[in-house]
Amino acid sequence: MGSSSSRMDHIPNAEQLMQETGFSAAHILRLYARFEFLDKDERGELRPEDFGALRGLAMNPIGDRIIGAFFSRGKETVDFPSFVRVLANFRPTETNTIRDGGQSFSRTRKLKFAFKLYDQDRDGKISREELLQVLRSMLEQQVTEEQLQSIAERAIQEADLDQDDAISFEEFKKSLERVNIDEKMSSHFLR
Amino acid sequence: MAALWTLSPLLSACLFWPTCLALTPGAEPLQPQNLPLSLGFNSSDGSPSLDLPMALRVFSVDYHHVQAPFEIVLWIMLASLAKLGRVPAVVPESCLLIMVGLLVGGVIYGVRHSAPPTLSAEAFFLFLLPPIVLDAGYFLPGRLFFENLGTILWYAVLGTLWNVLGIGLSLYGVCLLAHSSLGDVSLLHCLLFGSLIAAVDPVAVLSVFQEMHVNEQLHILVFGESLLNDAVTVVLYKLFESFLRLPSVSGVDVFLGGCRVLVVGLGGLFVGLFFGLLAALTSRFTSRAQVIAPLFVFLYSYLSYLTSEMLHLSGIMAIVTCAVTMKQYVEANVSERSNTSIQYFLKMWSSVSETLIFIFLGVSTIQDVHMWSWPFVCSTLLLCLVWRASGVLLLTAVVNKLRRNTVTFRDQFIIAYGGMRGAICFSLVFLIDDFPKKRLFITTTIVVILFTVFVQGMTIKPLVELLDVKRKKRGLHTVSEEIHSRLIDHLLAGIEDVVGYWGQHYWKDKFEQFNKKYLRRFLIRDDHQAHSSILRVYQELERREQRGDEEAPPVVDPRSNSRPLLPEEMESIRRILSRNLQHFNNMQRPAYSRHTLHQDATMDRVRKPLHRHQSLGERYTYKAQGEDGEFKSSRRGRAGLSRSHTVCSMSPRPVLQDASVPAASAPARGQVDPNSEASIEEQISPQQQEAPLERSARKQLSFVLESEKQP
Repeated sequence: MGSSSSRMDHIPNAEQLMQETGFSAAHILRLYARFEFLDKDERGELRPEDFGALRGLAMNPIGDRIIGAFFSRGKETVDFPSFVRVLANFRPTETNTIRDGGQSFSRTRKLKFAFKLYDQDRDGKISREELLQVLRSMLEQQVTEEQLQSIAERAIQEADLDQDDAISFEEFKKSLERVNIDEKMSSHFLR
Repeated sequence: MAALWTLSPLLSACLFWPTCLALTPGAEPLQPQNLPLSLGFNSSDGSPSLDLPMALRVFSVDYHHVQAPFEIVLWIMLASLAKLGRVPAVVPESCLLIMVGLLVGGVIYGVRHSAPPTLSAEAFFLFLLPPIVLDAGYFLPGRLFFENLGTILWYAVLGTLWNVLGIGLSLYGVCLLAHSSLGDVSLLHCLLFGSLIAAVDPVAVLSVFQEMHVNEQLHILVFGESLLNDAVTVVLYKLFESFLRLPSVSGVDVFLGGCRVLVVGLGGLFVGLFFGLLAALTSRFTSRAQVIAPLFVFLYSYLSYLTSEMLHLSGIMAIVTCAVTMKQYVEANVSERSNTSIQYFLKMWSSVSETLIFIFLGVSTIQDVHMWSWPFVCSTLLLCLVWRASGVLLLTAVVNKLRRNTVTFRDQFIIAYGGMRGAICFSLVFLIDDFPKKRLFITTTIVVILFTVFVQGMTIKPLVELLDVKRKKRGLHTVSEEIHSRLIDHLLAGIEDVVGYWGQHYWKDKFEQFNKKYLRRFLIRDDHQAHSSILRVYQELERREQRGDEEAPPVVDPRSNSRPLLPEEMESIRRILSRNLQHFNNMQRPAYSRHTLHQDATMDRVRKPLHRHQSLGERYTYKAQGEDGEFKSSRRGRAGLSRSHTVCSMSPRPVLQDASVPAASAPARGQVDPNSEASIEEQISPQQQEAPLERSARKQLSFVLESEKQP
């Protein structure tokens, strides 16, 4: 695999990325190839339209939110390190090798990512309106408004412990404590 | 309760009276039937009658006329009464049923001094097995099944092959060693025996596992394997049987045999698919004859089974595929009552079937056909256990590398130990062509079945507790969990799209889109497609609240945060979520229990809504729009009015009448179509305006098209 090492030179900070995210060299290469594929006009960075070209993502009910999650606050483009960092959130955690601290850390990181999908205004809380928007996009046109309202109401009732009519991150985490997040939020192709 | 157990000898006493039984092959022919009222003629049927010399009979008993149905009913009655008895917790139900069967068999034998009726293979395969498999397939948790499909196939196909070859060859070795007594058992015979004894039986597995609450993944692995290995078993059995008839076996034959496995399995699958889709289509037109709608479900499933049996394909696979395919469409098309009927009937039939099978197993044990041989029987038992354990260990070691959720050692133990043999082996062994050692095979099979059901069945539960298998998490999901889980599913699908690999989510989403675009449109009745669950819940909520306002339909008061949600309401919310969030699996307890339906069915006492509610919805939306100016500020909707007012308050813009593409004024808002029942509003975050704008426009357009379909 001599060619791979030369290709790795094209990737800036590859070593650092591998350290940070835990991806293997092969993965970084694969992701870089994918990145280049998505980057149609070869700018070295991705824009929302590049993501939007993926049909599956365009038809995804929360596709725009997922795309938005790649872009950090205020930035209009995604460079390769950020791309990889976002994807690193979805690496499956090996339960044998990570001790307790590491495992819960990765779980928290995954949950934070999911939380950010809801919390578009980044105020640290999922308000009722934000929840409603997500519900609306997921349920599409199949329910009436009052159904949506009652569902959102119920969800907030269940999770909201400090009665501020919004779901904070801690409450979010608590409401999902029975769900095996590590399993659900990993794509084992990113192992 | 003990009294019920004494009823069984009474019933068996009734049963020994007739001289033949419909279920026994090669029984004495039925005596000639007589007219029930034989005026003036002394009947020569031998049935006891009052000894009146005169022509006219006032009272006569003509048993032979009703003999066949009478006995069948008596057997079923015995089975059903046996179910009423309360069983001690440590003994699984299957064991008790076999014991009842043994008792009845013993009584019959003792009274008649001849063999009691046996379970004929035909009756078993044609009448007793299909209801059980249909029930299992209908209530299969689809999503879980498909997620684990690779592993299940791995265990089913490869595991069974490993077991068959292993047991067959080892037994041949044993026969060679004990040449004196077992010398005339050839290799092919051993392989044939191996093929029928190696297969895990779904009936036995189900009946034992449902009493243990293991986690769903484990359950689906064992259960799925027992269902799918039927294809392999059927093929190998028939293969070896035909080899036995051939003068010689060549390599080509073996290769052809391998191809047959594929053909049998896939053939069964396609037959099932075909009939499933046909059934779904038929159910679309049953609106005028609601009462017979359930019948179609049963008829089509049974047809698929019979067709594949006729073509020598795997009947079990066909019927399972049929059930899985047609379930969602039938449930959408057919009224609530019909749905409940379907479910109840399935449960009932499968329950009775299962009971009958186990009782007959017990009865058939008491026979004259036994031949005992210590080395053969003991080595068979041992080899079954050893080969299964080794097979599971090896296969799991390989499959764990590819699975996300590894199968732990404890799970492996349960899979290996829970591989029980049942009535399928029993029937297959009877079908073997006669040869000198056939009776030995029969005896060994019975011993193996009894051993697995009794010993393994009784000890598996304590062993599970000992090993502390990860228990299935009890309790239903909360609404939050469902929403968030679904969000994460979508998220993963999106991420995998970005990464470009086809994970499981990819196929699931693809299928769901295909399903929604083509299948659902085609197979589900038009007016049922979008509104069923909405309006049903709508009506339910309406009934719940009984608020004074007549125009605006009453909804849950947003202020009442502390009001505990009624269980029915909770159920209705769950129903919406589980339907509309396109979940495959049943959110309720996995309904493998023979005796209870999942709660879903019992909640549906509400009939399908009428168009009246649609108009209510329209009026409601109008009213909401009129008042939205007032409630701009109350984002939280604490003004005590219905919810959608708060939603409408988010769009201070006046409602536009046409649903054309929104002008590119920033920030663009969605539009409300007054003809529809739901209003869609898309809030576009300032970051991405361009791509989502087109998406929302597309959505609006498609939404308009959808709403125009409404009558």
